[in-house]
Amino acid sequence: MIETREHPLDKYLRADRIPHIWCPGCGLGSILNCFLHAMEESKIDLNNFAIVSGIGCTGRVAGYLNVDSYHTTHGRAIPFATGLKLANPKIKVVVFSGDGDLFAIGGNHFIHAARRNVDITVICVNNYNYGMTGGQLGPTTPLGAKTTTTPYGNFEHPFNLCNVAAASGAVYVARWTALHVRRLKESMKEALLKKGFSFIEVIASCPTTYGRYNKMPTGLDTMKYYKENSIIMHGIDPSKTDINDKIIVGKFVDIEKPTFDEMIRAIK
Amino acid sequence: MKAKFYSGNIACAEGALQAGCRFFAGYPITPSTEIAEHMALRLPKVGGIFIQMEDEIASIAAMLGASWGGLKVMTATSGPGFSLMQENIGLAAITETPCVIVDVQRAGPSTGMPTLVGQGDVMQARWGSHGDYEAIAISPSTPEECFYMTIRAFNLAEEYRCPTILLMDESVGHTSEKIIIDEEKIEIFERRKPKSKPYFPFDKNAPMACCGDGYAVHVTGLTHDKRGYPMATSSEVQEWLVRKICDKIRNNEKKLRDIEEFLIDDANLAIVSFGSPARSCKAAIKKARQEGYKVGLIRLKTIWPFPEEYFEKISSYIDNFLVVEVNYGQIKLEVERCVKKKVHLLPKMGGEIHKPDEIYEKIKEVYK
Repeated sequence: MIETREHPLDKYLRADRIPHIWCPGCGLGSILNCFLHAMEESKIDLNNFAIVSGIGCTGRVAGYLNVDSYHTTHGRAIPFATGLKLANPKIKVVVFSGDGDLFAIGGNHFIHAARRNVDITVICVNNYNYGMTGGQLGPTTPLGAKTTTTPYGNFEHPFNLCNVAAASGAVYVARWTALHVRRLKESMKEALLKKGFSFIEVIASCPTTYGRYNKMPTGLDTMKYYKENSIIMHGIDPSKTDINDKIIVGKFVDIEKPTFDEMIRAIK
Repeated sequence: MKAKFYSGNIACAEGALQAGCRFFAGYPITPSTEIAEHMALRLPKVGGIFIQMEDEIASIAAMLGASWGGLKVMTATSGPGFSLMQENIGLAAITETPCVIVDVQRAGPSTGMPTLVGQGDVMQARWGSHGDYEAIAISPSTPEECFYMTIRAFNLAEEYRCPTILLMDESVGHTSEKIIIDEEKIEIFERRKPKSKPYFPFDKNAPMACCGDGYAVHVTGLTHDKRGYPMATSSEVQEWLVRKICDKIRNNEKKLRDIEEFLIDDANLAIVSFGSPARSCKAAIKKARQEGYKVGLIRLKTIWPFPEEYFEKISSYIDNFLVVEVNYGQIKLEVERCVKKKVHLLPKMGGEIHKPDEIYEKIKEVYK
C-alpha cells in the first residue's frame, strides 16, 4: 500500500480545488509554489491574509489559496483590494493577476494605487499575452511578436512594468522570471512584509498560446531562454530595464514613504 | 427629535452615517458631488474611511472590497458614473455583496445636462448590468425622505445581501428644506454573521462571513455553488444561482413594496409618479380636485422590484392612468405591462421637472 502524506504546504491550498486549470509548461505553478513558501516564511496569520485577483489565467490563483480570496472583475482587483485593506487594516492584502488584467484594462487603477501608496502587494505574472482567451496582443507583448490579433507582428511598443510601477510611486519594485524560484520567493517575502505599495513582476512562460508562435514552443525552451538571457542588476534605474533580447531582473526599488492608510487614519 | 435644514444630498449623506455607513468611495460628478464632500468631512470623525478613487469603476470596486472587509458601504454618482458602475453592480449581485449606490439622476444620454434634473436611469437601475439579476431601487421625493430612505437602502442591502440603489434626482438632491429627524423612527439592520461551521457562504439566505472572520471564503464573479467554488460549466448550478439571486428579491416584492397613495380611493384617474415630479403632481391634483376631477396619485417609493400585483389589483377599479416622469416613458412601460390598459404619458426629457399647470392641463385632456 502506498503511504500518503500531507505536503507541508497543503494547508495553504484548497486541496479540493486541485488539479488547477493551467497548461503543461505554464510558469504559474512554480510561481504559486514560490508564493506558498513566501507565505510560510513571512509567518503572516492565515486568518489575516487575503488574495484578490482579476480575470485571466493568473486570476485563478485566488481560487486555489485557502484564505479569504476574491476573484473579481477584469482589471478591478486593485481597487477592490484597496477597499478591502482600508476597511480592515489588519489584513495583508495581495493582488495576484496578469499583465493584461493589471496593465491594460486595469492600468489606470494600477498607477493610482501606486501613487496613493496603498498598503498592498501586487504580483503581476507577465506572460506577454492574453492566455485565457487564446493568445492575443497584451500591453507587454514584445514588438514584432506574433499573436492571434497581431498576425503580421506586433506594432505596439510594450510597457516596462517595473518602470511604470516605479514612476507611479511604488515603494518596492522587483522583477524575476519563473526560473528564479529562490530569488523570487525571497522577493515575495520581502514584499509581503513591506509597508506600502509593493510590486513584483514575474516573467512567465506561456507555451500554449504565446511560445509556440514565437520560437519557444515548450516551457523548457523558455526556461533555457531565461537562463541564458537574464541579467541580475539590483538597484538599477527602472527606466533602464526595458525588456529586449536580455531580461534585466533584480530588486530595483526599496524605499520608505508614508502610506495612504496611515495618513488617513491619523485624522483626529 | 431634531430639526435640520438640509439639501437632499446632505440628508442622504447624514442618513448613511446614521445607518452605520463607514466606507465611502466616490468620484466627483455633478449633481451628486456634495454627498462625497460631506462624507469626506464627516467619515473620518466617526472612524470611517473616505476615499476619492480614480473613476467610478474603481469607486464601486473599492466599495465592494470594503463591504467584504466588514463595513457598511456606499458610493454616490450620476448618470455617466452610474453607467460605468454597471459592471460591478453585476459582481455585487452575483457575489451577494451588500452595498448602496446613490444615483442623483441628471438628464442624459451621455454628458447631457450635468446640472439639471432627469429620471432617465430607471431602466438602467433594473437592467444595467448584463445577465439576469435583480437589484432593489428606491426613490425619494423630498430631502427628508433622502435621509430616511438612505437608511432604508442600507437596511435592505444588508438584509437581502444585494446592491441597493437610491434613485434620487438633481431636483431633490439640490432642494434644501427643513427636515425632522426622529430617532424613534429609525431602525438599523445589522449584517448577519455565521455562527458555526460547516458554513456555506453562498447558500440561500446565508449570513455573510467577511475577510478575517476565519472562514476562508472564496468569492468569485464566476457561476459558483453554495461553497463559492466556480462551477462555470454547470447549467444546473447556473439555474440554481440565478434563481437564488433573483427570487430573493422577486418573491419578497410585497415586503419591499412602498407606495404613497394620495386621494386615490375615489379616483377615476390615477397619476403614477416618483421622485421630484411627484410633488408637482400633488399640486396639480389639488387644483384639479377643486374643479371636480376625481384624480389621485400613486407615488412609487420602491421602484424595483416593481409592484406588479398592486397595479393588477388597482386596475380592476381604476381605468385611467397617467404616468408623469422626467424621461420619455420608462415607468410607463411597467405600468402598461401590469394594468394591461391604455396608459397616458406626460414625459419631460429633462432639464426641469413638470410644472403643476402642465400636469393640470394633461389631467383635463385625458380625464374621462
